[in-house]
Amino acid sequence: MKTKRIDNYGKINRDKILSFRWDKKNYKGFEGDTLASALLANNIGIVGRSFKYHRPRGIFSSGVEESGALVTIGSKDRRDPNVRATTQELYNGLEASGQNAFPNVNFDLAGINNYLGRFLAAGFYYKTFMGIPPLEWGKGTAIWMFFEKFIRKAAGMGSASGLPDPDTYEHAHDFCDLIVVGSGPSGVAAAIEAAEKKLDVILVEQDSLIGGNQLAENDFDNSQIKNQLENLGIKIMTRTTAFGLYDNCVVGLLERVTDHISASNVNIPRQRFWTIRAKHIIVGAGAIERHIAFNNNDIPGVMTVNASKHYLNRYGVLTGKRIVIATNNDSVYETAHQLSEAGANVTVLDSRTNFEIETNKSFEIRKGYVPYNINGSKKIDSLDISKSETINKSETINCDQVLLSGGWSPAVHLLSHRGVKPKWDYNNACFLPSDTKENITMVGSSRGLWNKNDCIASGIAGTTDALNRLGISKTNYFFPKPGGWKNPIQPLYEVKYKKSRSKSFVDYQHDVTTDDVRLAHREGFISVEHLKRYTTLGMANDQGKMGNIIGLSLMAELLNKEIPEVGTTVFRPPYTPVSIGALSGRNVGKHFRPLRVTPMHQWNIDHGAKMIEVGLYQRPWYYPKENETLSDSYIREASTVRKTVGICDVTSLGKIAIQGPDSTEFLNRIYSNGFSKLQVGKARYGIMLRDDGIVMDDGTSWRLAENEYFMTTSTGEAAKVMSWLEELLQTRWTDLNVNVTSVSEQWAGVSVAGPKSREVLNNCVDDSLVITNNNLPFMGVTSTFLKGNIPCRIARISFSGELAFEVYVKSDFANTMMDLLWENAKKYDGCLYGLEALGALRVEKGHVTAAELDGRVTIDDAGLSKMASTKKSYIGSAMRKRGVLKNNDREILVGFFPTNLKETFNAGTIVCEKNNIKGQGIGRITSVTYSPELGHWIGLGFVKGGLDKWKDTNLVGADPVRNKQMNLKVVSPHMIDPKGERMYA
Amino acid sequence: MIRINCPYCGERDHSEFSYGGDATINYPSLDASEKEWTEAIFFRKNIKGFQFETWHHSNGCRMWLVVERSTVTHEIKSVKPCHPDLQKVVENNK
Repeated sequence: MKTKRIDNYGKINRDKILSFRWDKKNYKGFEGDTLASALLANNIGIVGRSFKYHRPRGIFSSGVEESGALVTIGSKDRRDPNVRATTQELYNGLEASGQNAFPNVNFDLAGINNYLGRFLAAGFYYKTFMGIPPLEWGKGTAIWMFFEKFIRKAAGMGSASGLPDPDTYEHAHDFCDLIVVGSGPSGVAAAIEAAEKKLDVILVEQDSLIGGNQLAENDFDNSQIKNQLENLGIKIMTRTTAFGLYDNCVVGLLERVTDHISASNVNIPRQRFWTIRAKHIIVGAGAIERHIAFNNNDIPGVMTVNASKHYLNRYGVLTGKRIVIATNNDSVYETAHQLSEAGANVTVLDSRTNFEIETNKSFEIRKGYVPYNINGSKKIDSLDISKSETINKSETINCDQVLLSGGWSPAVHLLSHRGVKPKWDYNNACFLPSDTKENITMVGSSRGLWNKNDCIASGIAGTTDALNRLGISKTNYFFPKPGGWKNPIQPLYEVKYKKSRSKSFVDYQHDVTTDDVRLAHREGFISVEHLKRYTTLGMANDQGKMGNIIGLSLMAELLNKEIPEVGTTVFRPPYTPVSIGALSGRNVGKHFRPLRVTPMHQWNIDHGAKMIEVGLYQRPWYYPKENETLSDSYIREASTVRKTVGICDVTSLGKIAIQGPDSTEFLNRIYSNGFSKLQVGKARYGIMLRDDGIVMDDGTSWRLAENEYFMTTSTGEAAKVMSWLEELLQTRWTDLNVNVTSVSEQWAGVSVAGPKSREVLNNCVDDSLVITNNNLPFMGVTSTFLKGNIPCRIARISFSGELAFEVYVKSDFANTMMDLLWENAKKYDGCLYGLEALGALRVEKGHVTAAELDGRVTIDDAGLSKMASTKKSYIGSAMRKRGVLKNNDREILVGFFPTNLKETFNAGTIVCEKNNIKGQGIGRITSVTYSPELGHWIGLGFVKGGLDKWKDTNLVGADPVRNKQMNLKVVSPHMIDPKGERMYA
Repeated sequence: MIRINCPYCGERDHSEFSYGGDATINYPSLDASEKEWTEAIFFRKNIKGFQFETWHHSNGCRMWLVVERSTVTHEIKSVKPCHPDLQKVVENNK
């Protein structure tokens, strides 16, 4: 192939020269070039090596359907693999390289695979490495697992940089009445018609220029169209692909903002991911020209006819000197004429025998001839041709390029995303879009219209259809009939080659040959979906835009069926690849998910807290002194709480205000324990069950007034509990007069715990009388003031098992409260303590948290049977004793000690009987800590049958993940102060 | 993306809502038998076509809604508040 730039052709800007690098060499192109056109202008024919056989591959197309010219753009952290050279706009300094070749695409050592082709047919790797039944069980699979990574490396495409992506991406949203996809004649006509009818219109074009396939015409100028569209107020989005259609007329767009320019500006995103909510969608996505399968139809120099027209008229590149066009339809003749005018020697092989076409006789037409075999390996030397009825070699034509047109496939992909199956049209040998009830209208060549006037008429009809469906008008309209060529197309998908070891490619990008399709058929993979997965036909990133129909036709022939009976695979989004960066947008790094902080977050950090994430919340984990490690610190903190006093931020607990005359009745129904007799000024610990009798959450509810409660929930379940309460009140118990309001953000909470906690609080409250043991007994609640006239709520609640208070103030007073408490706690050698110490204290006491209440546990399992009222019915009361929940071998909450008290263990350890260490054992350890009080490691967890069954038995803790094993004994979960004497102090 | 026309907030993306479940279940009284509760909780129909289901506008007005939606096409026929009193308010404001 000899490709060259020629004068007086193309719409490129020849005054603006751009330099670029291809495989480490410098080249030049012009503004308006794509990488593909610039490579062709520099006579570069081989741009990659094929997926499996490492055959030299060139440029097949001029658009998104490209299945040969996949290249890597950029370097280092901006390396972007598998980019279609045909859609990559050229910019100054662009750096690109070929893929899947070593050392380079011109001389590739793995090209040997081409000669081993007979061993590399569809399914080869699986058959070889996974073994033949029954050997595949066990050994074969293991071999596959071992070899897979080498195989994947050998057969593949470009590789990702593996480095963090330095670019930014954005998510954007918009609304409109009508979105038009595609700016060809039909799309533009639709958009103009709609804008004139006062619709708010967005026009989307994947190319950098509007015009669609008209850009391949030598006399096309889009500037007037552009002005007209803009004057009508149409929002034009170029370099933007509608990659998917979704429910309710939602369209996903990918806008490539900076992929066509060299300098990266950190203030501009590289790509924008748009979600457009439209009222109607018009798709004028065009049609894609198919190739024809015959031997060696992948040699560089093979291209679609329409692509060569694009390269000539848009980029001023003549793609060959001696060109043979092989076709079965009328669409190629204008191109043939223009190519010969531009100086090429053109021969057209038309598989049809009876047809009339007007030409100026500047090129030869061979009626009833088909291409048969290409001679050459890295370039085309000659083409063997044959009479189409009897496939036998009749002569050889010397040529350097073969252009193919096996017909056109309307781009029905977007409609297919909505589950609308296309229907086969025999007259035009293609799938046409079916009608849909949704507000989507297909126009132009994507509904099988081949000439421009029909396309324009269909665009106007499409908008009328939209206006009718939107109830704006009631106008009759009709769409032109599919087709539009003078002579009918004659189906031609494959020209068979009788010699063995032929390679005629159906899917260039995945190296799927016609023989692979036949092999799949022989081995029983006859359903289209099986064929696809077995041969990987259409599974590359071009998604079979060119080759799918050929594969279907071959299977139809093998099954003696028609193409529509064989069916077509469903196209799914995206139409063209969407980068992961665009999908994640700004939701990366710190912005991956929202961050919640408590109002005393900064105060905690200023006072030395190391933070930890709990759900979305940042909570103090521990407060190390000088060189303390985590364990040094939490052990000190927990000991200090037991000895004197500690202060802990508990703001992240969920807080719900419950108000209204039926509040008490409401709480009585949702908690398993009784609430009807709770006095004003008292709090109660409560457990909520789900409908199915499993524990949902635990927390406290404080009766502030006759009809007002303040509920706390666990940190993790706060949102769920809130939704649950709302659901009950709005859907089930609509007669209850209760209001629930989330006040989690409004109150800042702190726990003051330890034997000296009352003394600390005495110094902090306005009136110390309110917190005496008499006035504020265990579980008492009071609304009072901290010094400085700060209103607060105090409840005598203990999670640590010590004398303790929870103090809540309005969030704005959080720092003042912390200053006040901390200043006074220091006087008693108190400490600030974090989540780790809080955990140690509660494990010592056997208090459960989310680690234990994991959605599988009943009240009885958690050892809280006395919390289940027998005097009332509540949510879950009927179900908590159902079936398996009654079994007496259920796992019950217990405490664990290592038999050898010097040993440690981890949460997640599986508890087993001594001589039966396997599987899920008889229980599990859910929480562990070092107990400063007891001086050794302790754990909480579950064991089948509970404490009574295993009290005096030596058990084994198996920890296969950490390769540990230790002897255990089961103890009561209440490992210290089981009677709670300290709490009541 | 499903778009739900919240009677209070207007048409919004489904990502603002949380799915509840079958809106046609009559939950038994709290003192009903285990059998009745089992029927209500575990025996559900798998409807092909339109069904009434609850959605919570959890990132919006916090209203629980009954949505009549096709499980095949996601087409939505009607949206109204679950609570009968709120339903009346919406009706009266139409």
